[in-house]
Amino acid sequence: MNGGMSPAYSPAPIAGGAALRWRQWRSRLMLALTAVATAAVLAPLALILYQVVVRGAAALSPALFLRAPAPVGETGGGLGNAMVGTVELLVIALVVGIPVGVAGGVYAAEHGRERFTTVVRFAADVLNGIPTIVTGLFVYAVVVISMHSFSAIAGGLALAIILIPVMLRASEEVLRALPRGYRQAALALGASQRQVTFSVLLPAAKTGLISGGMLALARVAGETAPLLFTAFGNDYWSSRLDRPIAALTVQIFDYALSPYKIWHQQAWAGSLVLIAGIVAVGALARLWAGRERP
Amino acid sequence: MAKQATALERAAGAARGIRLRQASDRVYAWGLRFLAAITPVLILAIGVDLWLESAVSRHAFGWGFLTSRAWNPVLGEFGAAPFIFGTLVTTAVAVIIAVPFSLAVAIFLAEQAPRWLRGPVSYWVELLAAVPSVVYGLWGIFALAPWMRRALDPWLRSHLGWLPLFQGASYGVGFLTAGLILALMITPYITGIAREVIGAVPQAYRDGAYALAATRWDAIWDVVLPSAQSGIWGGVMLGVGRALGETIAVTMVIGNRPAISASLFAPGYTLASAIANEFTEAIGPKYVSALLELGLVLFAITVLVNLLARWMVWRTTRHTRGLLA
Repeated sequence: MNGGMSPAYSPAPIAGGAALRWRQWRSRLMLALTAVATAAVLAPLALILYQVVVRGAAALSPALFLRAPAPVGETGGGLGNAMVGTVELLVIALVVGIPVGVAGGVYAAEHGRERFTTVVRFAADVLNGIPTIVTGLFVYAVVVISMHSFSAIAGGLALAIILIPVMLRASEEVLRALPRGYRQAALALGASQRQVTFSVLLPAAKTGLISGGMLALARVAGETAPLLFTAFGNDYWSSRLDRPIAALTVQIFDYALSPYKIWHQQAWAGSLVLIAGIVAVGALARLWAGRERP
Repeated sequence: MAKQATALERAAGAARGIRLRQASDRVYAWGLRFLAAITPVLILAIGVDLWLESAVSRHAFGWGFLTSRAWNPVLGEFGAAPFIFGTLVTTAVAVIIAVPFSLAVAIFLAEQAPRWLRGPVSYWVELLAAVPSVVYGLWGIFALAPWMRRALDPWLRSHLGWLPLFQGASYGVGFLTAGLILALMITPYITGIAREVIGAVPQAYRDGAYALAATRWDAIWDVVLPSAQSGIWGGVMLGVGRALGETIAVTMVIGNRPAISASLFAPGYTLASAIANEFTEAIGPKYVSALLELGLVLFAITVLVNLLARWMVWRTTRHTRGLLA
C-alpha cells in the first residue's frame, strides 16, 4: 500500500468535492483518535500510581523503615531490612557493572575500525533482551551452587549482568556525542589512546555517564525475578555478602501473594517507597543531564 | 663527570618512562578488549550453562519435552507444552492490544501533539517502563483481577461469547489479565522505537504527499508509516521479546496452572512464571533440570526474537540515514 498512484492522489478538485471533504474529515477523526489512544494508555498508569500512593501512604510509618518483618500473627514489623538490602544489592551491581559497561562503551565508541565492536554492540542489545529470570538461573548455577548458599553477592552479580548492556549502550552514545576535535587535539599532542580516554574523553563525558548510570540504576532497582534464587530474601537484618539478603521487590512479591491483610498493606507501602526512589533517581539523572546544555 | 652521569641517568630515566608508558598503553588496549568481550561471552556462557544444566531432562525426554503436556513432579514427568502455550498466548494478547495503541501514541507524539505537550507525554509513557514489574503485579492482583471478574469478563462473555476465547468460568486471573498487563508494560518500548523511526522519515516525504493533495492522515498512513514499516516491526519484535520473558507481573496474575485451554479467562502458566514459582521448591535432579530446560527454551526464543528485532531496526535506520545524508 505504498500507493502513491492510487486514485486518492489524483489531483483533488480544489473547490472541495465530497471526496476531499471526506478525506479531510477522516484525517481529523484519525488524528483525534491518536490523542484518545494516548489518553487511554496513560489512564491505567495514572490509576496505578494513584492506588500506590493512596494505599501506600495509608501504611507508611516509621516502623516500615526501621523494622524487619514481624513473625506471622504479630502486628507491626516493617521493610527496613529489605530497603537496606536493596541498597546493598544496587551498590554491588554498580561496582561490578559500571566499569564493565563503561569499558565496553569506550571500546564500542572509540575502536570503530575493529570488527569486534559490532559484535560487542550487538551482544549488548541481545543481552538486554534476555529475560531477567534466565539471568537469575545462570547466576544460580554459577555462583549460588559454588558458594553453597544464596547470597548478596549472587544477587548483586545478577543485577550487574542486567546493568552492563544498558550502561554499555548509554556510555557509547555519550562518547560518540563528544566533538571529534577533542580526540584529534589530544592525539596531536602525542597522547596515547589510553591518555585520550582517561584524560580527555571520560572527564568530558562525566555528566552524561553519571546520568546514564543513574538511569541504569533505576532500571535494575525494580527487578524482582533475577533475585528470587540469588539474593533469595531474608526476614532478618543482614548485610553479609555471603548470606541471603532481603530485597524490597522480593518482599513486595512475597507479601502480595500472602494471605495477610497487614502484609498486603505493607506491600503497597513498599511499592510507594520503591517507585518514589526510582522516580527520584530518574529525576536526578535528568537534572544532571540538563546541566550539560546551558 | 658528575654532570655527564646525570644526563645519562636522565636519558635512561626517560627511556624507562617511555617503556612504562608503552607497557601501560598495551595493558589498556588489551584490558579494554577484555572488558568489552565480557558482554558477548556472557551470552554464550548463559546459553552453554543452561544447555549443560538441563542435560538430565534433555536426555530423559528428548525433543518430546517441547510437545508433552505432562507436568507431574511426583511421577517425574515433565513437558513444556503448557508453558510454551501460555507464553505464546499471553504474548499474542499483549501484542494485539499494544501495537495499535503504541502506534497511535507514537504518531501522536511525532506528528500531532503540540510542542509543549510532547515532553510531558513522552515522560509519562517512559514512566510506564519505569514502574517495577512487581508493582504491576500487585495492582493486577488487587485491582485489575477483581475488575476483570466483575466487569470485563462478563461483558466479553455476553457480547463475544460465541467465540471459544470468551467462554467458560472467569477467575479474574488468567491469560487475558496477564496479557492486558503485558500490553501495558510493552507499550513504552514499542512506542519509543516507533516514534524514533517515524521521526527519521524525511520531512520531504510528507511535503511531497501534501503537494499531491494528501491530508495529514493520508501522508501519515500512505507515506510515513510505509517508509518506517521495517523499523516499526523491529520495535514490535522488541516488545514481543519483552512480553515473552516478563516474569513477575505475569506470575502474579496468570493463575499458575499448567493447562492448555481455548478460553482466555482460564488460568495458565508461562515458561518464566513456572521457573519463578517452582525453582526454589524443586526437589531432585530431574525436576530442577526440567525447569532449567524451560529456561533454555525461553533463552533460545528470546535471543532469536531479539536478533530479528535488531536486524529490522538496523535495516530501517540504515536506509533512512542513507536518505538523509
